[in-house]
Amino acid sequence: MSAAVLPRTDAALSVWRLRWRRFRRHRTGMAALAVLALLGIFALAAYPMQWFGGFDPDATDLLARFDPPSAAHWLGTDEAGRDELVRLMVGGQISLLVGLLATVFGGTLGLLIGIPAGYFGGRVDAVLMRFTDGMMSLPLLPLLIVLGAVDLTKLGFSPEFARSGAAGFWRIVVIIAIVDWTSIARIVRAATLAVKERDYVRAARASGAGAADVMLSHVLANVATPIIVSFTLTVGRVILFESVLSFLGFGVVPPTPSWGNMLNNAQELVTTAPALAVYPGLLIFFTVIAANFLGDGLQHAFDPRSER
Amino acid sequence: MSAAAELVALDRISVQFDLGGGGFLGGRRRVLRAAQDVSFSIAEGETLGLVGESGSGKSTLGNVVAGLQPPSAGTLRFRGRAMDAATWREARRSIQIVFQDPFGALDPRMPVSDIIAEPLRIRCIGSTAGRRARAAELVEQVGLPRDALNRYPHEFSGGQRQRIAIARALAPAPALIVADEPLSALDVSIQSQILNLMKDLQEAHGLAFLFITHDLAVVNHLVDRVAVLYLGRLVELAPRAELFARPSHPYTQALLASVPRIGVRRHRRPAISGEMPSPLAPPPGCVFHPRCPKAQDACRHDVPALAPAPGRPAQLAACHFKD
Repeated sequence: MSAAVLPRTDAALSVWRLRWRRFRRHRTGMAALAVLALLGIFALAAYPMQWFGGFDPDATDLLARFDPPSAAHWLGTDEAGRDELVRLMVGGQISLLVGLLATVFGGTLGLLIGIPAGYFGGRVDAVLMRFTDGMMSLPLLPLLIVLGAVDLTKLGFSPEFARSGAAGFWRIVVIIAIVDWTSIARIVRAATLAVKERDYVRAARASGAGAADVMLSHVLANVATPIIVSFTLTVGRVILFESVLSFLGFGVVPPTPSWGNMLNNAQELVTTAPALAVYPGLLIFFTVIAANFLGDGLQHAFDPRSER
Repeated sequence: MSAAAELVALDRISVQFDLGGGGFLGGRRRVLRAAQDVSFSIAEGETLGLVGESGSGKSTLGNVVAGLQPPSAGTLRFRGRAMDAATWREARRSIQIVFQDPFGALDPRMPVSDIIAEPLRIRCIGSTAGRRARAAELVEQVGLPRDALNRYPHEFSGGQRQRIAIARALAPAPALIVADEPLSALDVSIQSQILNLMKDLQEAHGLAFLFITHDLAVVNHLVDRVAVLYLGRLVELAPRAELFARPSHPYTQALLASVPRIGVRRHRRPAISGEMPSPLAPPPGCVFHPRCPKAQDACRHDVPALAPAPGRPAQLAACHFKD
C-alpha cells in the first residue's frame, strides 16, 4: 500500500531521501524518535537548571531526606536529600550517552569484523571468527574486573584525566563495546555470506567494483535488518549493564548519578521510598521501548519490501 | 562480418575447479574441467550464440569473458591487447553482463535509479546528477515508465526487472554484453519482448552480444554465429545459417534433430542417447564419443581439432568424421 501512496516524480531521488520518506510514514518509529528527542532534551535541561536555577545534583541536605515533591524539589529528594529531578537529568546525560556510544562503537566493531569475515571467507574468516569465538568464551565478570582495573596512566593518559569522571565514562563505553561486539559480528557474518553470492554483487564486480565498494553499497544495506535488531536490543541492555559496572565500582562512581546506579541504590530503599526506584525505572523503560520502535521504523525505512 | 574488428578473443581458454582431495589428507584429487581449450572471438557488433546442455561450461565461459572467472590457462584478448590490469580497467567498462535470474540480479534495497547508474558510480563517471540523468534516459530506452526510477526492484515483474538489468548493462555504453540465459526465467510472451528489445538496442548502439542459451529457437532468431559446447569443449563454430542448414558435428546434428517441431513427425534419427558424462572424469579422446553414432577407434584416443568442414571454410567442427 505504501508504494501506491508514494508521490511519483520524474526525477531520481537519493536512496537516503527515499528511506527518510518511508521512515516518516512509520508512525511508531516517528513517535519513538520524538520520545528519544524529548528524553535527550530532558537530560540536557540539567545545564540551565544548574546555571540559572542554582540546582546542584550533588548538594546534600540531610535534614530533607526522602522529601515528597514540593515547590523547591519538584520530584522530591533522595536518601541524601539531593534533588531527584536534577539527578535524573544529569544521570540521563550519562545513561543515554553510554547507551548510544557503546552501542555504536560495539556495533561498528562488530561490522568491521563480521562483514570482511563473511565477504572474504577462507583464511580471513577463520582468523577473525576464531578471534570472535575467543572473545565470546571469556567469562564476563573476571574480564570486567580486569578491564576496570586497567591503570589509565600507564596507557599514556594524564593522571588528571585518569581520576576525572570523564575517564570513568569512557572506560564504561569501551568496556561495553569490547564485550558486546561479538554477537553482532556473528550475525553480520552470516548475513554477509548470504548476500555475497547474489548476482547483483557479481554484476557490480563485473563492472569493476572492489571489495570495499561492494561491502559498502550492497552488503551493508542488505544486512541492515539484523544489525538494526541487535542494535535496538543492545541499547536497553547497555543502560542496565552500566549500572552493574557502577555497582562493581568501575566507571560512573557515586555521587555522579546515572539512571542505572540510581535504580540500583533505590532497590534497598524500595519499601521506604518506592518513587526513587520508579523514576529512573520509568525513564529506562521509555528509552528501551523507544529504541525498539525506532528500530522498527528504521527497518521499515531500509527494507522496501516491508509493509505495515 | 569477418571484416569487422575483433572485439574479444578467447585463445585456448581452460577453466578448472579444484574440488579438493589429494594432498595431506589423502583421497583422490578431484578436478572439475568446466572448459577446455576453448578458442573463439567476437567481432564488434556481432552476436555470438553459445549453446550447450546444462553443465557444458557455457556460463563459465561467459563469466570468463565478463571477468568474473579467471581462466586456469589460455589468454583473453580485448581489442587486440592481451588482458592485463590496464586492459581490464577499460574492458570492465566495455563488457557488461546480464544474468539469468532477474530476481537475484537486482539489489532489493537499491532504488532503480541507483541500480542503473551503478556501473557509472563504480567507475566514477560523471557527477551524481549526471548519473541520475543517464539513468532516467536509460529507463525510457528499455521501455519502462519514468516513475520507475524511485521504485524498488520488488515492485516489478520478471520481464521488467530484466529490462532494468539491461539498462544497467547499457549505462556505461558498453561494446559487448554477456547475456547469460537472459530469457530462460521469463514467460514465453515476455521472452520475445526482451529479445526484440535486445535486437533494437543492438541496432541503435552497435552492441556485440555473447548470448548464452540452450534454446535453439532463440539462437535462430538473434545470433550471427553459433558456438556449440559439449562437456567444456567447443565442438562446432559456424555462421547461423550454415549451422542450421548443414550441421557438421554429430552432436550439433543430434541437437538440432531433438528440437521438437509442430506438425513434423519425428523421423527416427539416432538422436542423442544417454547422459553427458561427468566433467570430473571426461572421456579420453573426443569427449562426445560415448554417445556418438559415428564413433570409431580414433575417437577414443585422439582429441579432434577444430577444423573447417569440407567445402565450408567458415564452418568449424571438432570431429574426425565431420560432414
